[in-house]
Amino acid sequence: MNVSRRGFLKLTASGIGATTVGALGFSADRAVADVRLFKLAHASETRNTCPYCSVGCGVILYGLGDRSKNARTEIMHVEGDPDHPVNRGTLCPKGASLLDFIHSPTRLKFPEYRAPGSSEWKRVSWEWAMDRVARLMKDDRDKNFVAQNAKGQVVNRWNTTAFLAASASSNETGYVFHKVIRALGGVAVDNQARV
Amino acid sequence: MTNSWVDIKNADLILVMGGNPAEAHPCGFKWVLEAKAKKKARLIVVDPRFTRTAAVADFYAPIRPGTDIAFLGGVINYLLSNDKIQHDYVRNYTSAALLVREDTGFDDGLFTGYDEAKRSYDKSTWNYQVDKDGIAKVDPTLQDPNSVFQRLKTHYARYTPELVERTTGTPKASFLKVCEAIATTAVPDRTMTSLYALGWTQHSVGSQNIRSIAILQLLLGNMGMAGGGVNALRGHSNIQGLTDLGLLSHSLPGYLTLPTDGDPDLKTYLEKRTPKLLRPGQFNYWANYPKFFVSLMKAWYGAAATKENDFAFEWLPKIDGAYDVLRVMELMSQGKVNGYVCQGFNPLSSFPNKEKVLGGLRKLKFLVTIDPLSTETSEFWRNHGEFNDVDPSQIQTEVFRFPSSLFAEEDGSLVSSARWLQWHWKAAEPPAEAKGDLEIVAELYLALKKLYATEGGAFPDPVLKLAWPYRITKAPAPEEVAREFNGQALADVPDPKNPGAFLVKQGEQVAGFGVLQADGSTACGCWIFAGSWTQAGNQMARRDASDPSGLGVTPGWAWSWPANRRVLYNRASCNADGVPYIPTRKLIWWNGTKWVGNDVPDFKADSPPADGMNPFIMNGEGVARLWAPAMADGPFPEHYEPFDTPLARNPFGKVLNDPAARVFKDDWKAFGKPDEFPFVATTYRLTEHFHFWTKHARIPAILQPEAFVELPEGLARKKGIRNDDMVVVKSKRGQIKLKALVTKRMPTLTVEGKEVEVVGLPIHWGFLGQTRKGYITNTLTPPVGDANIQTPEYKAFLVNVEKA
Repeated sequence: MNVSRRGFLKLTASGIGATTVGALGFSADRAVADVRLFKLAHASETRNTCPYCSVGCGVILYGLGDRSKNARTEIMHVEGDPDHPVNRGTLCPKGASLLDFIHSPTRLKFPEYRAPGSSEWKRVSWEWAMDRVARLMKDDRDKNFVAQNAKGQVVNRWNTTAFLAASASSNETGYVFHKVIRALGGVAVDNQARV
Repeated sequence: MTNSWVDIKNADLILVMGGNPAEAHPCGFKWVLEAKAKKKARLIVVDPRFTRTAAVADFYAPIRPGTDIAFLGGVINYLLSNDKIQHDYVRNYTSAALLVREDTGFDDGLFTGYDEAKRSYDKSTWNYQVDKDGIAKVDPTLQDPNSVFQRLKTHYARYTPELVERTTGTPKASFLKVCEAIATTAVPDRTMTSLYALGWTQHSVGSQNIRSIAILQLLLGNMGMAGGGVNALRGHSNIQGLTDLGLLSHSLPGYLTLPTDGDPDLKTYLEKRTPKLLRPGQFNYWANYPKFFVSLMKAWYGAAATKENDFAFEWLPKIDGAYDVLRVMELMSQGKVNGYVCQGFNPLSSFPNKEKVLGGLRKLKFLVTIDPLSTETSEFWRNHGEFNDVDPSQIQTEVFRFPSSLFAEEDGSLVSSARWLQWHWKAAEPPAEAKGDLEIVAELYLALKKLYATEGGAFPDPVLKLAWPYRITKAPAPEEVAREFNGQALADVPDPKNPGAFLVKQGEQVAGFGVLQADGSTACGCWIFAGSWTQAGNQMARRDASDPSGLGVTPGWAWSWPANRRVLYNRASCNADGVPYIPTRKLIWWNGTKWVGNDVPDFKADSPPADGMNPFIMNGEGVARLWAPAMADGPFPEHYEPFDTPLARNPFGKVLNDPAARVFKDDWKAFGKPDEFPFVATTYRLTEHFHFWTKHARIPAILQPEAFVELPEGLARKKGIRNDDMVVVKSKRGQIKLKALVTKRMPTLTVEGKEVEVVGLPIHWGFLGQTRKGYITNTLTPPVGDANIQTPEYKAFLVNVEKA
């Protein structure tokens, strides 16, 4: 059903194309055949959900490439999912410009480090950064872990490192992050629901 | 949302107050327009600004920021004094008939039990009158002066239209017009839906704002109905999911709570959290708390969680008070926090009183940000001129910036405001060396685990024995994790009703939370998500948009917690006999043998109406609470002024601000007074921007390129400010410089005889991204939170405005 609905939309688009091209003096048959050359017709489609507000609009991501091994897909168009029962193909100004979010020039590409007192970033390797952060966390936890409170009750908490979790990340990320934070004894954790 | 986006189309009346969905949730707002176009539904908007939602409303009423309880309390009074309530519903399905203790009371702004030194209540007098078995006493005639109904009447009798007008600034005629419209839904076959957002929650009385609408909707019989409900329009794509998963300092997944210092063992912990039955014959579903908790511990610690070790209860941290973000900022500014790991969060821009946040961050030993974008927080140490005037050489914090993927580059599920878990699919790889958040968290955990395995250290057991059953340990697959939070049987679970049969066999995914056990034979990472990935596969990936009932239920589209139920409390859409109140909008009904319907019944499926079980199955009372004795600041909502208030006294009583709201010692001096800061300010979102993200995206940055403040014409005239002039907006916390936009959208209000002007401040700018640089709006906002859950009061504070 999904495919046929979109198929219908493509046909409608070709109908508009046919009329316009027809007006320019080309034959309609030719124009319908030319639809095959539209970029979207060759794109791979992926269903996703808009990451902004909580309406949860369905979006379709159009990627260049056929997802074959070693081919790196490039997202080149984003549209509302016409089958979605809430947004029914529509998007707001933010959702309609998701492509610019994906390809934002200020997206981060490499792990970076800013040393104490420094006024600049330095590119570092993941391995170095992970080891360094793990070391800082462990040292802080080992030094400040509270096994018992003043009354002698077992409390096993670590409250000198705090955590914030992203309310735009997936359930799967949130669940694992939570599991790890509590295993470390973390109590100072919130997500944007607090604010 | 108790209901769903599409369900809005079933409403007869839509009340938008505390939100602006036309601009903040545009594609969901289409269902309001659908209701207006197809059903002739009416839309009422109450807001300090004439928003785009107001622009398409049938009626708009202005209100002073921070006075919603005065307004809603006035509506409650109107309904009670004019007998516009759904009698059948109020009598049967609410706590109206329950008796509260005789010694509980309210006097001039305070409920009984207040301790001024501690700024908190001893709530023991707020309980019900109970018999020797702990069962609450009732008066079905509702006449007893201690019945909740009579207490409600007395409490809100003070909320007269005159006092409402003097406090809120809403003209009395407008207020009464809203009351009349709302009252039309007191009949059983008409419903009102309430749509609200952060305009209600971001106040020192935020939780009580929501309590007020809950009381209102219960009096009208609008809860559980198609086209009814209390619908929180949440602000982020998975803020619902992260809340459901318990990523809040005091929470565990599925609204379980973290143990405290006073919970020495599993038995004590469970006893305190497993509620007692308060009325005979009720379901009291939270009685299953031990099953949910033990199943969670089995998901987290697997075979290491045994009956003998209290299912690893000791490995959970015990919390010794509040660790919400405001408290963490306070601790940080006192130098008591050394590390801060910010995953997809930008506290420098998001938290109130930027100077205090900055002061805290610079005391950190280390800061880690995990984000697809360069955030202001990650560059708090960098000098960005007037927008972030710091000296990096004086800041000793080590800062790490980890590049992560975004939605298009991962598989996974998000929970929409309607509680729908929708699976999404990866379309591309993240750029360069960026990695998925799940992978980053896993690698960090494994690096720590390795250190604990080789060096030992403080209490290594929970770190070393955490269940990590993922095929590729450093990159858990979202599918594996989703199966884990759904839950599975660790042993065959016998069916108590059919000897020899099993509810679920070892190794199978559970079909729902009904089969979870407290003996360690099931594991489930989040009980309310049980059913999302069953033996039948990933239910969140379902994409059948068909809607057989025509009510917008779409049971085959994705999966809704709990149990794929689309409208919560839907048992209340039927009368006591199990017959739907509205024959044309039937969600569920009793078919003579069991509960069936177009939605999944929110009830014990085989409990016949004659047995008298009531619809609010999560409450020990079985009925909905008009009186809420667990609230920090009173069993009924009471109007208190914002902490930055233009008034010298509270028109409703001698207590000016919420008496149970927490204020840190040094923050008392951070509140402004009207002589210095005469205007009321409120913050908001624009339709072109999403928080501090879209300023990094080209088109939104072109559409709204520059910070501005929205000023009413009267104020602008007085101050000689014209459109496009640069102005300085000051609060007690700091000042920002930005462009003026003079509009007619905020009418001048008359409050306690004086004129009050309202100023609007969009929040979206900062010193990074594609827009022009701008000051962080939260430089101005006050560092005080809601008395119950500590959400900052971003929506009502005082400023002054001058031409720059």
